[in-house]
Amino acid sequence: MKLKEIVTLLDAELLTSDVDLEKEIPCAFASDLISDILMCTKEPTLLLTGLTNTQVIRLSDMIDLLGIVFVRGKIPSQELIEMAEERNLALLCTKLTMFRSSGILYNTGLRSCTI
Amino acid sequence: MAEYWSINPGLEETCKEFLANIPEADVTLEFEIEEKDFVSAGKGSAEVKNVLKRLGIDPAILRRVAVASYEAEINVAAHSNGGKMYCYIHDDFVYIKYEDKGPGINNIEQAMIPGWSTADELVREMGFGAGLGLPNIKKNADFLHIVSEPGGSTSVEILIYYK
Repeated sequence: MKLKEIVTLLDAELLTSDVDLEKEIPCAFASDLISDILMCTKEPTLLLTGLTNTQVIRLSDMIDLLGIVFVRGKIPSQELIEMAEERNLALLCTKLTMFRSSGILYNTGLRSCTI
Repeated sequence: MAEYWSINPGLEETCKEFLANIPEADVTLEFEIEEKDFVSAGKGSAEVKNVLKRLGIDPAILRRVAVASYEAEINVAAHSNGGKMYCYIHDDFVYIKYEDKGPGINNIEQAMIPGWSTADELVREMGFGAGLGLPNIKKNADFLHIVSEPGGSTSVEILIYYK
């Protein structure tokens, strides 16, 4: 699934510039717990989360995140957005809940990331 | 003093040999870890990953090193009075040691149980405290050694081969 389809499906807003909307997203993971997210060591993945502190960007330094979707309408700080820009990491924001967002993407064919 | 060992099967001899006679590393990196500093915590592990990446280490290994190291680094920031991280990069493996200024782990066996956590409210609000820190380190490291003195300091050593 392409990133632009995810933007449409989740009615998401792009928070970073220069995002490659044609980027292929093979899988996703959703969690608000950092250690849970760190289980994704097998392959690059899209992350859905409600966490908006800067450690979320630090996570992308450890595992390979293809982008982050902030759910439940949460908007991260400007500092976090700048950190993402430096890393060329796409940030999206949706008003949908984590359950609903995950359900929509899963039903449209996006698979769970291997852990 | 309490101690905990976890060595991947087949590596017992190699690891013990290494510890008995630690050779000089090709690259040594050192980082301060401040208590409850969640702005900087993780920078050391990110730097280690970057250096290993430049050396051409396999991405899957890089993620294992980064996750194990990050969890250990966060543990120092979240649970101790601060400490240091020393990273030694060798030809075929990386060896990282974390030393803190206390207050020690009460029960290491219990701390190894997935889901067990003593994290406070501040730490949990940040998304930490899932009780998976040490299990995640164990899962990703070829070798994990913890020495802790209740009321004293804790040292955590990890070793990961590039193969």
